[in-house]
This record gives sequence, C-alpha cells and structure tokens, in this order.
Amino acid sequence: MSAAAAPSVRARRVLPGFRLTLGTTVLYLSVIVLIPIIALVLKGAGIGPGRFWDMVTAPRTLASFRITIVAAAIATTINAVYGLLMAWVLVRYEFPGKRLLDALMDIPFALPTAVAGLSLTALYSANGWFGALLDPLGLQVVYSLGGIVLAMSFTSIPFVVRAVQPVLEELDPAYEQAAATLGAGSWTTFRRVVFPAIMPAWLGGVSTSFARSLGEFGAVVFIAGNLPFQTEVASLLAYIRIEEYDYEGAAAIALVLMVLALVVLLASNIVQFRATRHGGRSL
Amino acid sequence: MRRVLIGTAALLSAVFIVVPLVYIFVQAFSAGWGAYVANILDPNTLHAIWLTTLVAIIVVPVTIAFGIAASWLLSKFVFPGRGLLTTAIELPFSISPIIAGICYLLLYGRQGLLGGWLSQNDITILFALPGIIMVTMFVTTPFVVREVLPLMQAQGPDQEQAAVTLGAGGWQVFRRVTLPNIRWALLYGAVLCTARAVGEFGGVAIVSGSIRGKTNTLPLHVELLFNDLNVVGAFAASTVLTMIALVVLIVKTVLERRG
Repeated sequence: MSAAAAPSVRARRVLPGFRLTLGTTVLYLSVIVLIPIIALVLKGAGIGPGRFWDMVTAPRTLASFRITIVAAAIATTINAVYGLLMAWVLVRYEFPGKRLLDALMDIPFALPTAVAGLSLTALYSANGWFGALLDPLGLQVVYSLGGIVLAMSFTSIPFVVRAVQPVLEELDPAYEQAAATLGAGSWTTFRRVVFPAIMPAWLGGVSTSFARSLGEFGAVVFIAGNLPFQTEVASLLAYIRIEEYDYEGAAAIALVLMVLALVVLLASNIVQFRATRHGGRSL
Repeated sequence: MRRVLIGTAALLSAVFIVVPLVYIFVQAFSAGWGAYVANILDPNTLHAIWLTTLVAIIVVPVTIAFGIAASWLLSKFVFPGRGLLTTAIELPFSISPIIAGICYLLLYGRQGLLGGWLSQNDITILFALPGIIMVTMFVTTPFVVREVLPLMQAQGPDQEQAAVTLGAGGWQVFRRVTLPNIRWALLYGAVLCTARAVGEFGGVAIVSGSIRGKTNTLPLHVELLFNDLNVVGAFAASTVLTMIALVVLIVKTVLERRG
C-alpha cells in the first residue's frame, strides 16, 4: 500500500462493520462459489493430462463441442445484428409503443429458460404455428442445429441491446450531423462515426452472449432432440455423463466449457479496455 | 429509413419474443379452462410450485443480506484483496449453471471431496433442499451486489462517517443513513434475483435428483411433464412461471422509472 493511500485507510476505518462484512462476504463466497469451483478443478487435475486429453478429444465429445461452438457463433451473430438494430431504434427514434418494445427486451432473462425452450419447441414443431408454415418449405427447426441456434439466441437476446443502449444514449448526435454536413451518407456516418464509439460496448455484449450460449442448457434440451454427433451440445453431454456416474468425464467437459467461457470474456475485456474505458452493462 | 428500421425491429421482436410468450397461454388453455385448473391442481404440480416458492423465500433474503454486506465492505473500506473479491462475486455470471451443478456434485456428492465427512455426520445436501438452495445461491450471487455496490460507491462514505462522528452506532447508521439511499436499488436487485431463483434449471437439474413430489422444482416439473408427453400440463405449469416473470418485468419497469 502506498504512503498516500495510508491515511485514507485509517479515515475509512472510522466506519464500523469491517470484520462483520468481510467475514460474511468471504464465508458466503467460499462456501457457495469458490470451494465448489475448486472441487471441479481438483477433479480435473486428478484425471491426469493424458487421460484428460483422451476424454475431451473422444469423437462424441469433440462433436458436442463443435455443435456447441458453431450454434453459439451463429446465435451470437444473429443477436449482434438484431441487438444493434434494437438499441439504435430504442435510443434514436420516438414512436408509439417504444416503452413496450423496450420492456420486451428483458423477457428472455425474466422467463425461465425451460419455459422458453418448451414454447419454442411447440411453436416450431410440425403442428405449431411457425412449424406449420416452415415444414412445407422443408425447413425443420426442431431437433436440428437450427433449433439449438434459436434457443441460444432467444436466451441471450438482451446482452447486446442492453450493452449498447447506454453508450448510444451518451453519444452526441451532433457528431453525426457534422459528418452529414461534410457530405457523408448515412451508412458512412454510421460506419465511421457511430460504430467506432459503440464498438467496445457492442463487443462486450457480443462476447457475453457467446459465453452464455456456450453453456446454455435449459432451453436447448427441449428443442435440440439431443442426438449424439448431430444435436447434442456439450452441456448436455456433461449432464449425461453425470447420469452415467462418469464424474470424471463430466468434470473434463465442464472444465473445458468453463475455461472457454472465461477466455472469451477475458479476451473481450482486454479488447474493450484497450479501445476505451467505456463499459456496457447487461443483465 | 427510420420507418423501415422501426418496422423491422418491431416485426422481429414480435416474431422472436411476443409470439413465444403468447403461445404459452394459448397452449395451456388449449384443452379448456377445466383441464387447465386440473393441471395446476395436480398434487405434483402444486408441490413443485410450493418447492420453488420455498427456494425463492430462502434464497432471496440470503442474497440480499450478502449483497448488502459485500457492498458495504467494498464501498466503505480499502484493503488488500478487494479486486479479488469483486472478481469472485462476478464469477457466477460467467459460469454456466450446469457447470455449477457439476461442481456441487463433485464437492458434496457421495464420492465428492466432502462426501465421506457429510455422510458420517448424517448431513444431506445433494438430492435434497439444501443442495437446491445452495446451487441457486451460486447463480444469484452477483444480483444484489451489482445494483447496490455502484450506488454505494458513488455516494461515498461521507454521510455514514458524519453519522458515526455524531455518535450513531453501526446498525443505526445502516438503518437511518445507508438504507434510505439504497432501498430502490436493493429492491431492484431483489426483484431480478427472484426471477433468476424461480427459473433456475440447469444447476438444480443436477443437484436435485428431480424426485417427483419431493425435490422437483417448477422448471424441472415442466420438463418432466414434457417428457411424459403431457404437453398441455407442461404449458399449464409454465403459465405460473410466466406470470411470475411478467410481474417481475412490471415491477422492474416501475422501479426504473422511479430511479
């Protein structure tokens, strides 16, 4: 601790409750969060590098990772565009029903994922409202990669919208007007003026959405059909390993998923930090 | 351009979000009101509703208490390890609930690290209420802190310090000075925490064992009914969860307008 900070420590310690709140926080975090995670890491370490590698590169496991990453990437791409559109419309335009549209954006977080999965499955199955329209066209969403994408994108809709919205609100439209005065078209203005300003927040939302999709389970199990090598995502395979009492297999998959999500979020934090110090917030 | 963008946004949101929401109720009532009521009054469904309510009743106050303690700690004191604690609080956001469930199984399960000790002392955590509650707490850990901490940090410790200087005790300071400042943020966090606690699926699926009429929470019960091919029953149970979600959204919107 630097000499300059020392007096402020003493001044702040005037307030009571340091020991009580430190004790409560550390106890809660240890019992509820940290020790369980350590148990997973220890289990993974106990497998040994050679067997661990064999487990996570087994054909069925590799296929589940591939399906998970591909579906999460497509779902995130959809949300990256849709989220940007929604944020733009909700910040820049006034129209009747705007508040309702804004509130709608939170539904995917408020609605339990199992309920979302159930409804989407019924809706897109052959006798559901959308399925009845798509089925004659030969488009099968349920029990296919499309269904996994749909479930993943539904459950992570709010990430991009809610990350971009506050930054867009702070951005002064005067810059865009200036660009327009200088002869830039609306697309050029967006690309050169608006997008660079909101890029860090957008990227933050996109990576959170991707990280969340990697681990999505509740909505996916309903709609995916869960066929090994075809529509079986990694989180489901980990669940199946648990049901088979193969705890090491489950731990290996869970560790890979956890590290993958943390790496994605860390990389995005570094990029965001370098770009600006503006951080978007999402639920 | 403006009209095209608004139109596209509204249309996509209707297809993507509104229709799935409406469809829950359409399906739940597709066999008529009588069938709907019978589905809700099914003993296993009623038990699942009760269990989910119980979990929320226990988890939400604990998360609030933890949120207040952690926010007080991180906003009023400077000490080594602060950054580490903040990261640990945010960690559950980045970890899929299903991974959390697996962590719990590896720690508290029969073959887990603490499994031997727990069974020697006759403590049951997994496949019972304590496991469901703890894994739900894992998932909701950051919900209250994230709303309350920024507010307490922005306000600084000055008001509380003044109160202490004037002779107020710790609880008095908290109740009379801090709480009035943070109450809306606290309520906001509690509301979001409730929605998350009620809807938790993946983590609970692993630690609860999904025993019908015993450890089956409402979201798990929805899946169970669906697997039983009782689709209307699954949708009926879903309406209860959907209604909770809608109430949460309304309260959230009202609170946002206050803030």
